[in-house]
Amino acid sequence: MRQKLTGTESQYYLDALAAKRKKKVNAFLHAVGQHAVLISLSAVFLLPLFLVTVISLMNHGQAETRSLWPHPFVWHNYLTVFTAVPFLKWTLNTMFVASLSTLGTVLSSVPPAYVLSRLQWRGRGITFIIILSTMMLPGQVTMIPVYIIFAKLHWIPSFLPLIVPSFFADAFSIFLLRQFFVSIPDEISDAARIDGCSEFKLMMRIIVPLAKPAIMAIALFSFLGSWNDFFGPLLYIVENPNLWTLGIGLNAFQGLHHVNSNMMMTASVLFMAPVIILFFFAQKVFIEGITLTGVKG
Amino acid sequence: MGISPATLFSPRRSGGSVAGEPKHKRLKRPRLFIFLCLSPWIFGMLGFTLYPMIASFYQSFTKFNLIESPKWVGLQNYHRMFFQDPLFWKALGNTMWISVISIPLRIAFAIFAAWILTKPKRGSNFYRTIFFLPSMVPAVAGTMVFAYIFNPAYGPINRGLQAVGIKNPPFWFMDPHWSKWGLIILGLWGIGDTMIIFLAGLLDVPRSLYEAASLEGATAWQSFRYVTFPMITPVIFFSGVTGVIGSFQYFTQAYVASGQVNDYSHSMYFYATHIYHEAFQAYEMGYASALAWVLLVITLFFTAIILKTQKRWVHYPNGSLFK
Repeated sequence: MRQKLTGTESQYYLDALAAKRKKKVNAFLHAVGQHAVLISLSAVFLLPLFLVTVISLMNHGQAETRSLWPHPFVWHNYLTVFTAVPFLKWTLNTMFVASLSTLGTVLSSVPPAYVLSRLQWRGRGITFIIILSTMMLPGQVTMIPVYIIFAKLHWIPSFLPLIVPSFFADAFSIFLLRQFFVSIPDEISDAARIDGCSEFKLMMRIIVPLAKPAIMAIALFSFLGSWNDFFGPLLYIVENPNLWTLGIGLNAFQGLHHVNSNMMMTASVLFMAPVIILFFFAQKVFIEGITLTGVKG
Repeated sequence: MGISPATLFSPRRSGGSVAGEPKHKRLKRPRLFIFLCLSPWIFGMLGFTLYPMIASFYQSFTKFNLIESPKWVGLQNYHRMFFQDPLFWKALGNTMWISVISIPLRIAFAIFAAWILTKPKRGSNFYRTIFFLPSMVPAVAGTMVFAYIFNPAYGPINRGLQAVGIKNPPFWFMDPHWSKWGLIILGLWGIGDTMIIFLAGLLDVPRSLYEAASLEGATAWQSFRYVTFPMITPVIFFSGVTGVIGSFQYFTQAYVASGQVNDYSHSMYFYATHIYHEAFQAYEMGYASALAWVLLVITLFFTAIILKTQKRWVHYPNGSLFK
C-alpha cells in the first residue's frame, strides 16, 4: 500500500479509495435515515397501544387526571374488571359466536371454491362473476329483509342470526380459496381421477390438505371478522344482556355508571389481546391471505 | 384409498393410462357433485342476497313498520329523502367529505408505509409486524382508546401537543370541526391491510426496471414516479374501489365515537348511521330500504367512474380482468 506511485497513479488510487469510502458512508447514512423513519413510524403505530396499556394500570382517580405514568401500578384492575362487569360472559359469548361462524364459513366455502377452480363446467364463469359482484354489494341493501326473516323465525335476540348465515358460504372466502386452488397443478387431480378416486375424496384427501395455508387464512379472517364485528350483534343480540359480546358490552360500558375510564381501558386491552396474540402466531398466514386477495384480483 | 401427493407424482402413475379404468369415467361431468358443492352458496345467495334485494327494492316503495304489513306509497320515500329530510343531506355530506379526504389520504399513506418497508436491508419484517398490528384491533376497542387519548381534558395526545408548543390543541371528537379528523386519524392508524397489499405490489416490481432507471440517471423521485407508480396503479385502482364501497358503509367507529361524546351537531352522522337509525330506532323499514337503494346507486356510480377512467391511468402488465 505504501509503495511509491507516480503522481497520476497515486491520485487515481486515492480518488477511487475516497469514492469507495464515500459510497460506504452514504449507504450507511441512508440506512440510518431509513431506520429513523421506520422507528418513528413504528412509535406512532404503537403509541395508542402503549398508552391504553399504561392507563389500564392506573387507579380510577388517576386515569382521569393529566398524569401519564401509573403510580401505583394497579395490576388488580385486570381482576376487578371481571367482577365490575360480566366480562367473562361477554368473552365466552364472543368466542362461541366466532368459533361457530368460523366453522360454518370453512365448511361451506371450501366446496364451492373447489368446483369453481378444479372442475370445468358450463356456467362456471358466470357463477364466479356473480360471486364477485355479491362481494361488492353493500350489506345495507339486504340487511332489512334479512332482519325481517330472522324476526319472523323468532331468532331475535339469539346467536342464531350471527352464526347460521356463515353456513351458507361467504363470497370473500370462496374467492380467496379459489385463487389458491387454481395454483395447484391439474396433473394432481388427473392422476387421482385415473386411479378411480371419487371427486369428493379428491377434494377432501388431496386438495384440502394442499390448500391448508389458504384454509387457515379464511378461518383466521372469519374468526377475526366475527370477533371484531359490532354491527351484527348490535342488530341481533343487544336486547338481551345475557347474550352480549365484547364489542356490545364494551360500548355499553359508558352507560354503566360504576365503571370508570381505567376499567374501560383494561377491558379494551383484554378485548384486543386475543387477536394480537393470534396475529403473532399466525402472521404469515394473515399476510399471505391478504396478498392473495389483493394483488391477483 | 389413501392417495398421497407423493404417489401421485411418481412417474408410474403420471403416464395417464392405468389398465382397467374406462376413459369415459374421467371425462364424465359429476353434475350432482357440482350442485351439492355449490348448494350452500346457491341457497345463501337466494335467501340472503337475491330475495332480500328484491324485497328491499319493493319495500322502498312502501310504508312499513315491521308490525303492520307494508303499505304501497309510490315514490313518497324517495321524495321525503330528497326534499324533507335534512339529516339525509347531512349524512350524505359527511360521508362524501370523509370519502374525498380519507380515501386518497389512506392510499398515499399506505403507499408510503409500504415503500419505506421495502427499503432497509434488515429488519423489514419486524417493522411490518408493527405497522400491521393496529389493523387487527377490534373497531370498538380502537375507537374507545382513541376517544380516551384524544380527550381534551386529560388525554395524553393534547398534553403532548401542548408540550411541543401548541397552545390550543383541537378538542377532537368533542369539536364538530375536528371530530371527522379524529376518525380519519383512527382510520390511518389501522392502515395495515391496505399497506400489505401495496407492499406485495411493490415487491412485484421487477428489479431490472429500477436498475434501468438508475442507469439512465433517474432521481429517487423520478424512479418512483415513472417506474413504481405505474406498476402499482392496479393496486391503487383496487383500493379506490374498495375504499368507495367501504366508506359508504362506514359505521362502527363513528357510532361508538359519537356515543362517547354526545355528538349533538351530527358531525359524525354518516350514511350508514342514518340507515341504521331509520330502520332500527325509528322502525321506518320502508324509508330505510329506500335509503339503502340510493346508497347502492351512489356506490355504483362512483365505482363506474373509477372503472371508466382506469384505461387512462391503470397500467396492467399482464392484461386485466376488466378490459
